[in-house]
Amino acid sequence: MVGTDDPAPAARPSLWVAVACFNSRPPVGRKGIAVEAFLSDYVPIFIFLAIAIAVAAMAIVASYIVAPQNPDVDKVSAYECGFDAFEDARRQFDVRFYLVAILFIIFDLEVAFLFPWAISLGEIGMFGFWSMMVFLAILTIGFIYEWRKGALEWE
Amino acid sequence: MAELWATLIWPVLWTAIKIVIIVGPLMLAIAYLTFVERKVIAAMHLRKGPNVVGPFGLLQPMADGLKLLLKETVVPSRANRSVFVIAPMITFILALVAWAVIPFGEGLVLANINVGILYLFAISSLGVYGIVMAGWASNSKYAFLGGLRSAAQMVSYEVSMGFVIITVLLCVGSLNLSDIVLAQKGSWGLFNWYVFPLLPMAVIFFVSTLAETNRHPFDLPEAEAELVSGYNVEYSSMTFALFFLGEYGNMILMSAMTSVLFLGGWLPPFDVVPLNWIPGPIWFALKIAACLFVFLWVRATLPRYRYDQLMRLGWKVFLPISLVAVVVVSGFLVASGMAPGAR
Repeated sequence: MVGTDDPAPAARPSLWVAVACFNSRPPVGRKGIAVEAFLSDYVPIFIFLAIAIAVAAMAIVASYIVAPQNPDVDKVSAYECGFDAFEDARRQFDVRFYLVAILFIIFDLEVAFLFPWAISLGEIGMFGFWSMMVFLAILTIGFIYEWRKGALEWE
Repeated sequence: MAELWATLIWPVLWTAIKIVIIVGPLMLAIAYLTFVERKVIAAMHLRKGPNVVGPFGLLQPMADGLKLLLKETVVPSRANRSVFVIAPMITFILALVAWAVIPFGEGLVLANINVGILYLFAISSLGVYGIVMAGWASNSKYAFLGGLRSAAQMVSYEVSMGFVIITVLLCVGSLNLSDIVLAQKGSWGLFNWYVFPLLPMAVIFFVSTLAETNRHPFDLPEAEAELVSGYNVEYSSMTFALFFLGEYGNMILMSAMTSVLFLGGWLPPFDVVPLNWIPGPIWFALKIAACLFVFLWVRATLPRYRYDQLMRLGWKVFLPISLVAVVVVSGFLVASGMAPGAR
């Protein structure tokens, strides 16, 4: 809220909500953005979140109240083609799922690094471009290693 | 009190009204998407589709919804009760809150945050949690395997989706969704949309959205033939309905993302007189509908992928291509001095 006529918005926190909800925030330069101005953009999202949670909870509760509930032993047993469950469902599973998860963390982190680089490419120019190319090259070497080791094979 | 009303209660109420204006049509769209899906696929199979409830079967989604509401909520005896109930809520809530940042027209957006695309990316990543929690909490083998498969699949395609989004951001220079749409505005009309200069990326993005929403031909988590129904096999009544609504809501959301990133959002194809009389939100809705039709068309046309083929496509085809595309696009922009904000 830097550079507005309003003397002290921080003194009246409720005004902050009003500003956020009406999108009436005055345009601020890149240098002069106050923290509240950033955060106030998110107030509608939190209201949306609250409404979404309320709708979801109400739907489940309404169905629970309206519909007759009479569970019996066979109805609430886990589905296994009509048999009683042979063993606990939480068993060992293929290690490949772990490998996929680990690969995902590496590459998703890479994407997260690329976001700020992508939008500032014009300002950082050639130097910024080549810096990121070095980073990508290192990750690509790792990717090729994984590929050759067969971490991406599902047979 | 008057001040409290003016500064706190009324703004919150006004935002709530705007949210209802977004969510109401969205729920209606989800309901009728299920109806249109059945009708379109029926037409492609030379069948009639639902035509009993109401004129042309138009009340069918309402009947389905009512039926689901009146069913018993079955919670398996060995399930983790709280996680079991929370999982569908998460899927549904995430499918709704993502719409907070989608611009429906110039200035028509609930929260015009400056990192809109990052927010969408984050919310769509969180979608995995609902499915993993459902698969785990059900304590049933089918649900467990379906949840695992689904999580690995969504995670795999998210990486290439991320790289594709980067290529668009390189051309725009902003993470704000309205800026992304406005960057596609130009004197060439629809030829300014990113679907043309970035055509391979648009195709990869759309195919990734099919995998991300667990749709045909990548609907392995729900492979009826082997896993019965995947992660939601133990769900009934409203808990199942929330998964269903969340899934179709995600389809519409992904179509909206495709429209914003590649099809010029609310912009008319050409900025000439009869076309620019039609308001932006209607163009946006038409583009979403076109994307959704392709979703249904693909479902009626293509056979299902095998799991190893699916993972190979994600990691060995899409990931290298999109990684190279990031290098090529950024290299081109830097070398030609066309990068946004270049000095």
